[in-house]
Amino acid sequence: MTAPVAAKHLVTRAEVEDFLYHEAALLDEWRLDAWQDLLADDACYYVPSNDQPESDHRRALFLIADDRERIRQRIIRVQDPNCHAEYPKSRTRRMISNVRILAVEGDLISVAANFVCYRFRRYERIREYVGSYRYVLRRAGDSFRIKERRVLIDAHELGSLGSVSFIL
Amino acid sequence: MSVRSYIVDDRERKTFLLDREVLVSEDILRKEMAQIFGRCWIYVGHSSELKEPGDFRSRKVAGRPVIFCRDQAGQFHCLFNTCRHRGAIVCTQREGNARRFMCIYHGWTYGNDGRLLRVPGDDAYADAFDKAAYGLRRPARFEDYRGFWFMCLDPEASPLHDYLADAKDYIDMVIDQSPSGQMEIIAGVQEYDVAANWKLMVENSVDDYHLPSTHSTWLNFMANSGVKIEPPKEAGLVLPTRGLAVELGNGHFTTDNVNFRGRPVAKWIPLYGEAAKREIEEIRNELVGRLGEERARRVADTNRNLVIFPNLVINDGSSVTVRTFYPEGVGKMHVTAWALGPVEESENARARRLDAFLTFYGPGGFATPDDVEALELVQQGLANWSEDRWSEMSRGMGKEGEQLNSDEHHLRIFWRRWNELMGAQA
Repeated sequence: MTAPVAAKHLVTRAEVEDFLYHEAALLDEWRLDAWQDLLADDACYYVPSNDQPESDHRRALFLIADDRERIRQRIIRVQDPNCHAEYPKSRTRRMISNVRILAVEGDLISVAANFVCYRFRRYERIREYVGSYRYVLRRAGDSFRIKERRVLIDAHELGSLGSVSFIL
Repeated sequence: MSVRSYIVDDRERKTFLLDREVLVSEDILRKEMAQIFGRCWIYVGHSSELKEPGDFRSRKVAGRPVIFCRDQAGQFHCLFNTCRHRGAIVCTQREGNARRFMCIYHGWTYGNDGRLLRVPGDDAYADAFDKAAYGLRRPARFEDYRGFWFMCLDPEASPLHDYLADAKDYIDMVIDQSPSGQMEIIAGVQEYDVAANWKLMVENSVDDYHLPSTHSTWLNFMANSGVKIEPPKEAGLVLPTRGLAVELGNGHFTTDNVNFRGRPVAKWIPLYGEAAKREIEEIRNELVGRLGEERARRVADTNRNLVIFPNLVINDGSSVTVRTFYPEGVGKMHVTAWALGPVEESENARARRLDAFLTFYGPGGFATPDDVEALELVQQGLANWSEDRWSEMSRGMGKEGEQLNSDEHHLRIFWRRWNELMGAQA
């Protein structure tokens, strides 16, 4: 293997962090069309049920298991003023840390990160979603596209968090 | 002793009103604990959740921590998860397989049939101390109907079979999806709170009047996915197809709707994709072969939201969900929801069922979060109850004969039964 090829495949944590922070900003600002530009054509978005974090969505009931088309439909829905659960829209603020590159295989990069997502609705009490993100990113030029985005919520049950009506 | 009525049920003037105090009063909630949850059959779990001898699930049922388990002989039990010694929880795991449950406090140990097996240092007790009398306590009654297990705290209650009355036919219709007559709870449970009185969930589960206004984004999604959403053609209808509200006895009721939203068993819609067409046709052929054309049509071409009084809902709609909920205070409920499917379902059919579930139901679904929003807005609005006292629920009352799913006939059935059990005279 020649040095230039190896360099092309090198991924740094800083690069990945920049990407995740950018994504978090787009989601917190509800710039969902720009967020969709970060997705690969075969992107999936999963939120497993709290008691089945490591399961397969084809065998276990999840909270969310979207393919690319379903994500598109979800975005249409949450931007509609008749999406009552998100109108007025939740205010969210994500803190992302402990970013780790778990594996690099070909152009795919597996990433894990911890998150806290604070959510405010109207004048009700704060809701704190705590957990980890698992990404499969695909190299795209000098950035990435999201092939898979999996959100594992640490709480034993959704409980007082209520719903996942926004993009978590 | 009779108490004042919580409803105004005026059949002459075709008016039905509900006293909003029943949704906000702590006193009424306390009374419900005794009169409703202390006397009715309450859903515990499904036999498929305990596949092997020794399997257990610990959960709260009607506020009571219980162990739903099978003993070594395979017999089903519902045990109060409370040590007879000093009262601690004896099973702290949510699920698993165990021969024994040991209290971590002093080590009292129970078998998975509830018998007290071991008391450390039992030579310190007098002869009168009889271990056999100290098995885990259990609800007065514990019975099942075709794998759906219920408990009842009232020893005098009528048997579950009688209690379920005509709701059994609608449970049968759900189970008829399975060639072997066996449905199973699928892994993955959705548990979430709603900041609203529990009875609002009963109403919401069968109230089809709210669909166009609460769920327009879901209807749009269905249309975007190629499902034909035609405006209703008949007076009083709010949905593309006709549906009824049906009384089933003992406070149970269901909607019974001509399907337009697709059925994993077995009515194809474009949302499932072209590749699914063939398998759904095969599933349908199996239904027709086993049940005959007419019954197969009932199973495949109708969707039904069934309420077993007081707090079990089986929605056989976009998918099958078993949902129960329990008050945690007057303005808060805890909801537990599972998906149910035929045991012999193929991997693709199972995946389709789970996907269809998420198009509508659950905390991340395209509809449920808006239901939750509606119920929470009701609860918030009810803060004005003492000045704005009555909820209006007369829709459809002026009509003879069939009641539509978008009328409020079935809501009135619930409230009449609830009112009666609370000792009120209508």
